[in-house]
Parts: sequence; structure tokens; C-alpha cells
Amino acid sequence: MTATMNAGAASSAAGLHKPRPRRHRRGRERSTALSVIVWALALYFLLPLVWLAIASTKDTSDLFSTFGFWFGDSFALWDNIQGVFGYKDGIFGRWALNTLLYAGVSAVGASFLATLAGYGFAKYGFRGSNLMFSIVLGAIMIPLTALALPTYLLFSSAGLTNTVWAIIVPSLVSPFGVFLMRVYSADAVPDSLIEAARVDGAGEFRTFFTVAFRLLVPGFITVLLFALVATWNNYFLPLIMLNSSDLYPLTVGLAQMQSAGTSGGGGEVLFSTVITGSFISIVPLIVAFLFLQRYWQSGLSAGSVKG
Amino acid sequence: MAVTTVDAPARRAARSKPSRGKARHSAVGYLFVLPFMVLFVAMVLVPLGYSAYLSLFEEKLIGGEAFVGLKNFAEALMDEAFLGGVGRMALFLVIQVPIMLGLALFLALAIDSGRTRASRSARLLAFMPYAVPGVVATLMWGYLYGPDFGPIAQGFEALGLTPPDMLGESGILGSMMNIVTWEYVGYNMIIMYAALRSIPTELYEAAAIDGASQIRIALSIKIPAIRPAIMLTVIFSVIGTFQLFNEPALLDSIAPVVITNGFTPNFYAYNVAFVNQDVNYAAAIAFLLGLVIAVMSYVVQLSSQRAERKVRR
Repeated sequence: MTATMNAGAASSAAGLHKPRPRRHRRGRERSTALSVIVWALALYFLLPLVWLAIASTKDTSDLFSTFGFWFGDSFALWDNIQGVFGYKDGIFGRWALNTLLYAGVSAVGASFLATLAGYGFAKYGFRGSNLMFSIVLGAIMIPLTALALPTYLLFSSAGLTNTVWAIIVPSLVSPFGVFLMRVYSADAVPDSLIEAARVDGAGEFRTFFTVAFRLLVPGFITVLLFALVATWNNYFLPLIMLNSSDLYPLTVGLAQMQSAGTSGGGGEVLFSTVITGSFISIVPLIVAFLFLQRYWQSGLSAGSVKG
Repeated sequence: MAVTTVDAPARRAARSKPSRGKARHSAVGYLFVLPFMVLFVAMVLVPLGYSAYLSLFEEKLIGGEAFVGLKNFAEALMDEAFLGGVGRMALFLVIQVPIMLGLALFLALAIDSGRTRASRSARLLAFMPYAVPGVVATLMWGYLYGPDFGPIAQGFEALGLTPPDMLGESGILGSMMNIVTWEYVGYNMIIMYAALRSIPTELYEAAAIDGASQIRIALSIKIPAIRPAIMLTVIFSVIGTFQLFNEPALLDSIAPVVITNGFTPNFYAYNVAFVNQDVNYAAAIAFLLGLVIAVMSYVVQLSSQRAERKVRR
């Protein structure tokens, strides 16, 4: 497998370079036709979520009898929310906390390890570093299943399945994060700065933590966000690793809820619970996304701090 | 899987290796990469090796595991369920990926051109589905497609028409393509958009002064300039397509007849391992799947390089 990714190009792909100054071109005319097409597409992305929001305000009979894109006769959002959090003695809240724990710990750990390694690869020419980096880069292409199955068997023989470690430890490895941080470190931390710290007698790690890391923060946050979304959204790994529903993250929990609702008796009652549960589970993430937009911005495109 | 990565900084670093300052501190480099590499070996290389080992064995009723060489691989290559899944994903690759990346490129260019109203909000909206977990996206679209209270069916019925069977034999693949498109256009758009923002403005301001149209600028300056970013999205899409799992796994409960256990190769590997409990065969399938992905990515890169050479000539 030959991965001929040009790192410089890929870094601009990830937007790690300094963005060009945003000139306000006042004289430029806007195109109505283009706006219409772009906004039609934007509606395509938005409407399903609007439907989900509206559906979570309906009780089951309204769900079946009223039009999907408008509110029903009753406003059952609070009842539905109570239904979600009351489901099986409040296990939904547990799932939410688990998701927060798995995603938070994995993302911080993964981006920290990736930053250390990326910086090491970028700033120290040690024997075998190119080979190691090539292997890491190649791992981006290994399908998750090819790894998840043997990882499950290995964890199982170590008695680690059905524990939080079974989710967190595999999620700590982010080859793509190492790749991004290597490209980013090469740009963002000038060699002269490291050299100056050395002259001042600072150790290499002290230099990293006191000088270099500060310059790496935007890249670090970018990797953090990617890792956060990846773990938050992961379904396959927790599905195979976990047995007890107390440990489920939201993804596995919701999927189980849905299949229980479809196959078991009294399924219709669960429709609004699953819908409202889905809605509740994406609200924090979407709010976080909108709020963190500026960090995506600064991390993805503000790029090199050296200017 | 052998990987030869040629990237510019790596080559530069290799050339500048003899510089004494670096050599002195090179040992420290190991310490920086050590924590990651330990986990990488434990969580990637060891499982990969173990998977390769497993794929060469077979569980016998009597006598436990027996070495069978490449028998599992030979079996998989004749296995209609596996081949059907791979074929279905190839269809996915040919139809869905161009649509998804085309839309992403169009949006990125439209927003970058600064000619759309409220383009910031449009960009945010397009990116939002990326924040929605695949599980929730599939559940949601499953309801939207559904015949009971799905608004699409409601719309058709209101017009007195028969709604299309989006969860039936003929519709399910298209429905799945739509879910994946909805989820990932924004993600790909952001990668392309970030690349567009880093093109020096001078490159096309001159062209604009010379009277080149926006479309012409997009085609002959912007798209060639972000070719590496586009290649990155193509390769990620190839990998993502052959790994599809959430969508078939979740649609299975609402469309159990049409979602066979080999609907996608990844779903098949899961079913073989955890439903049939045939770990050895599942390992062989997962390995072959990795090989398919590697070959496809290689072909994509090769054809892109060839195209680039042609352009240069």
C-alpha cells in the first residue's frame, strides 16, 4: 500500500497553514442563483433535524396522525423527556454520563499522545523515525473491524472486556492525529526557539511543556475535536466490547432501545421515547459544535502561530 | 501491509540528519514518541498480527484448532455473501462517493467565492450532521423513510400518490447512500474549504482582473490548487465506504428482510464473528477487506498521479 500523501499539501488540506487575510471585497456582487442552490442544500441538512425536534414534542398518537413537519395537538415534550429518563430506572442518564466519560478521557488522552509523538517526529531526527512514521501513517487505512475483532479477543483473554478500559484504551491511538501534529509542529514551533531554550539550559521536556506546547494548542484542539467526535459517535467498538447495559454509551443504548421497541411487544410506545432520546443525545453535541465553531476555525485554519 | 510514505518534510528531515545539534538530542525523540508507539503496537500491530494468525486456523469439532493455511481466504473468495457485500460497496463507491464529494466541492467553492448570502450560516448547517452520531442519523432517517409516520410517505399520500418503498429491496441501497451523503458532505466540505482558504489570493485575483469568470477560476485555478485535499477526501471516502457498519446494523431491525447479514462486508465480518462465532473465518474476511481497501486506495492514488502527469504535459 503506497500512501503518497504530500505532507505539505495535506497540511493545507487540513487547513493548517496561515489563512489568507480575509479581505472584505465590498464591490463584489452576490449571485442570487448560487445563493438559492446553496440554501436549498442547507435545508437538506437541516430538515431531518427539524423533523426530529418536532417529533420529540408529540405523543405516539400524534406521531402517527399528524403531519411530520408540524406540531401535533398535544405538546408532549416534557412527558417524552420524562419517559426517556424514566426508561428502565433512569438508565439513559447513565448512558449519557458514560458517553461523556469515554469521549472526554479518550479525546484528551489521544490528542496529548498524538501531540507528543507528532512533536517528536517533527523535531528530532532519530534512527528509524521515518520508518516508524510511515507505519503509523499506513495504519490510517486499516479498517476498524480488522482491528476490533482481534482486539476484542485479546481483551477478552485478559479479562478486560466489559470494562471502561475496553473502550478508552483502543480510542487513545490516533494515527491521523499524529500525522496532523507532525505537520503542525514542523510549522508552528521554530527550531530557533527550541535551540534558545536549550542554550538557556532547559531540558527537552521542559522546553516542550513550557514553550512548545503553547504554540501547539490550536493543532491540539483540532485533534481533540476530531477524537472527541470519533469516540462520541463510536458504535462498533462498544457494541462488541460491552455486555452490561450499565456501561453502554448513548449510541449502543439508543440502538438497543430501538430494536427492543421494534421487535418486542408494546413497540409503539417506545417510538416517541427513542425519538426523544435521539434528540436529547444530539442537542449537547450540536450546541458544542456551534459554540466550538470558532475553535474549529482557529484550529483548522488559523494554523501556524509563527505568522 | 507495507507502506512507503513519501512526504516532503520527512525527506527534508532525512537530508538534514547529519546536523550535529539534532543528533545530540535524537535519543530524546524516542521518549517523545514512546508513549504513543507503545499503545500503537499494542492496539494496532499486535491485533493485526493476531488477526493474521487466526485467519490461518480453523475450529474443528474434534481436536480444537487446526492449521489450515489459506483455506479461509479461498473460502471467502468463493463466498457469495462476502462477494455480494463487496460488490454492493463497489456500487456505493461509484455512485454515492462522487455525489457526496461533488456536493462538498460545490459547497466549498460556492462559500469560498463569497457570492452567496449568509454563507457562514450555510456552512454551519452543512457541517452540523457531522456532529450527529451515525447511530442517531440512521435511526432518524429510518423513521423519515418509514411508511407509518415518515413525512416522505405522508407527503406522497397527501398528493394521492403511492409512496416509494424506501426500505424495500429496490430502495434500501439508495436510502443508505442518502444517509451517508447527509452525514458526510459537511465534513468533506470543511476539509476542502480549509484548503481553499489557504490558496494565496493573488493567484486568482489577477485572473479575475483579466476577466476570467468565477467558474473558470474555480476550474482552472482553485480545483487544481486543492487537488491534494480532494485526494484526501477521496481516500477517506474509499476507506469509509468499505467499512460501513452502523447503517446496515441499525436498518436491519426495521428492514430485516432486505438487509442480509452480508449486506456490507463489515457487517458480514461482525455477523460471522459474533453470531456464527466463527472467529477464524471472520479474521480472514476482515483481512481481505483491508486488502480491498488498500488496493482501492492505491488505485485512486495511482490514477490521480497519472492524471496530474497528463495535466503537466
